[in-house]
Amino acid sequence: MSKFKSTERYIASRDLEVAVNAAVTLQRPLLVKGEPGTGKTVLAHEIAAALGHPLIEWHVKSTTKAQQGLYEYDAVSRLRDGQLGDPRVHEIGNYIVRGKLWDAFEAGEQTVVLIDEIDKADIEFPNDLLLELDRMQFFVYETRHTVVARHRPIVIITSNNEKELPDAFLRRCFFHYIRFPDRETMEKIVQSHYPDIKEDLAREALTVFFKVREVPGLKKKPATSELLDWLKLLMVEDLSPEVLRAREPHVVIPPLHGALLKNEQDVHLFERIAFLSRRGG
Amino acid sequence: MFATFITALRAGGVPASITEYLSLLGAMKAGVAEYSIEDFYYLSRTALVKDERHLDRFDRIFGEFFKGLEPPEGEEPRELPEEWLRKMAEKLLTPEEMAQIQAAGGFEKLMETLRQRLAEQKGRHRGGSKWIGTAGTSPFGAHGYNPEGVRIGQNESRHRRAVKVWDKREFKDLDDNVEIGTRNIKLALRRLRRFARQGAATELDINDTIRSTAKNAGHLDLKMVPERHNTVKILLLLDIGGSMDDHIKMCEELFSAARGEFKHLEHYYFHNCPYERLWKTNRRRKEAEVPTFEVMRKYGPDYKLIFVGDATMSPYEVSHAGGSVEHFNDEAGQVWMQRLTGHYRRSAWINPAPERNWAHVSSLSMIRHLMENRMFGLTLSGLDEMAKELSR
Repeated sequence: MSKFKSTERYIASRDLEVAVNAAVTLQRPLLVKGEPGTGKTVLAHEIAAALGHPLIEWHVKSTTKAQQGLYEYDAVSRLRDGQLGDPRVHEIGNYIVRGKLWDAFEAGEQTVVLIDEIDKADIEFPNDLLLELDRMQFFVYETRHTVVARHRPIVIITSNNEKELPDAFLRRCFFHYIRFPDRETMEKIVQSHYPDIKEDLAREALTVFFKVREVPGLKKKPATSELLDWLKLLMVEDLSPEVLRAREPHVVIPPLHGALLKNEQDVHLFERIAFLSRRGG
Repeated sequence: MFATFITALRAGGVPASITEYLSLLGAMKAGVAEYSIEDFYYLSRTALVKDERHLDRFDRIFGEFFKGLEPPEGEEPRELPEEWLRKMAEKLLTPEEMAQIQAAGGFEKLMETLRQRLAEQKGRHRGGSKWIGTAGTSPFGAHGYNPEGVRIGQNESRHRRAVKVWDKREFKDLDDNVEIGTRNIKLALRRLRRFARQGAATELDINDTIRSTAKNAGHLDLKMVPERHNTVKILLLLDIGGSMDDHIKMCEELFSAARGEFKHLEHYYFHNCPYERLWKTNRRRKEAEVPTFEVMRKYGPDYKLIFVGDATMSPYEVSHAGGSVEHFNDEAGQVWMQRLTGHYRRSAWINPAPERNWAHVSSLSMIRHLMENRMFGLTLSGLDEMAKELSR
C-alpha cells in the first residue's frame, strides 16, 4: 500500500506522516486541529493526491445537520408534486437527495472524505455521525434499505476548536495537532511553493513575518497561508529585499500588510507601535 | 504490552481508553511505526491523545515512562545554547594537570555526570574544572583539554538535532491547567461566550415548521427552537488594590471583551473582602461608593455573582467586625459574604492565585468554605468549571 509522505508542494512533518498513515492503515478518521492557516484543509487534498483517490469535500456550516451528509428527504417538493398530480409522487425514492457520505460510500473506488470545520456545526453533529463513521453504513428510513460502504473512505476531519468534541467521537479518531512550523520548516514550505523566489527576499520576508507574529496582542497572528499570499504579492510587485530590511530596527508596518494583517485592530496596533518606536528612536 | 503505560497516562490526567489502546496496538501490528522510538512516540501520541491540552502531559509521562529505552550513544539530553560554547582561545595545560584529568572515570560514568551537571548548571561557563563550557579542563565542553572528555557543540555533530522530541515539551502552553495568558485568552473568551449563550426560552422555527407541515401533508405542525438570545446576567465583584491587580485587570478585560454576549454585565470593586460599601471606579472611590445593599436591590437574584480576588488577607478581615484594614466595619466580612451568596442564586469565586498555593492561606480556606467550594482558578479549565457551576 502506498504511504503518505511529504510532497514537493506540501511539507509534512514526520509526526503528521505517522498520524496519516496510522489513520489510513486502520481505516479510522483522522482529526486535525491547529492554528488557522497551517494547512489543515490542504492536507486532505494532498492525501487524496498522494494516494491517487478522488476527494469528496463536505464543508460544515453552523446550520449543517449530520443527516445532510447522508441523505435528505425533500418533503416540500413531494408535497408540491402531490398537489400537481405528478406521478413521480408515488415513489418516495424520487425525493431522496444523496449526501456527501452516501456518494463516498457508493463510489467505485476508495475515496478521501474531508469533513471541514466540524466544530462549526451544532454540538450534536459529531454524535450523530458516530455510528455512520464507525461502521461506514447507514439506514435510509424512507426506502428501508441500508447503504454500506463498498470501500471504507479515508476520513479527514478538521476543527478550529470552537466547540469541544464529544469523547465518544474522539475515541474513534486518530488525532493530530499541527504545530506552527519553525523557521527552518517555513523556509522549506516557501521554497516548495515559490521555487524561483529570490533567496534574500525570502529571507528578509521571513524575518519580518516571524517578527510580526511575535508582536504581543495581535488578534489574528498571520499563518502559513497569509505568508504565502504576502510573498506572492511581494514577488508580483517585485519589491527589493532592501525595502524590508530598511525598516529595521523598529517594527513598522510591513509593505503590502493587507495580506498579513486581517483586521483593522491589528493594523491600528501596528500603527501605534510604529508611532511609539519613531518617537522613542 | 503497554498496559502499564496506559495506566500511567490515565493517572497523569490523559484520558486514554481501551479503544484507543487497541487502535494503537492495531497500528503497531500493521507496522505504521517501523520500529523507531520516535515513530512510536508519534504514533502513540496520535492514537492516545485527542486534545491538544493533553499533549504536554503526554510528553511528560512518555518521557518518564520510557526513560532509558533510547539508544545509549552519547546524545545530549537537552539542547545546549549556542553561546555557551562559542569558539574561544584554547587553554594550554601543564603535563601534571593533564595527568590529573586522565583519572576521570569510564565513558558511562562520564555521561552520567554530564547529565547531572547539565541539570545543575544554569548559565554559560568558561574555564574552570567542573562546569560544562569552553576552554576549561572539565571533561565536558569544547576546545579544552581532557582526553576522555565529551565534546559538546564544537562541530555540527550528527547528534545535535537528536534531542528527544518529547523532552522539548513544545505543547506546554496548550495545557489547560496553566494560568491564562495572552496565548490562551482567546480560548478563555470563547468559554465565556459559550457560557453566555445558554438561553432557555423558545421561539418559533419557521423553516422547521414549514418542513414538518409539508411532511404532514399540509396539516400545520409547529416547531420550536431554543432562543439564541443571551439571558445571562453577570455581576462582577473585583478585589482591587493588591498584589493581584494585574490578574484582576485581565479578568475584568476578559469579561468586558465578552460583554456583548451577556445580557447585562455589571462590575463593582471591593478591597480584600466585600463589606457594606462597593465602588465603581477605583480612582474616584471616595465619591463613587455605593452601599452594598443598594447594589443587591438594584441587581436581583437572577444575576450570577462572580467574585474575582486572591482571597489572601488577614483572617480577622473575614471573621471579625472591625477587622478591615481600611475602615471600621460594623459587621464582619463573612456576614456580607453570606448575605451576598444568599441573595444571589448562583455565585462563584475566581481566584487568580495558583491553585497549588490555596491550601496554605487561612483566609483563603475561610472564603472557600463560605463559597461552599465554588472557587475556581483563572485557568481555562477553571472557567469551564465555573460556567458549569453557574449555569446548572
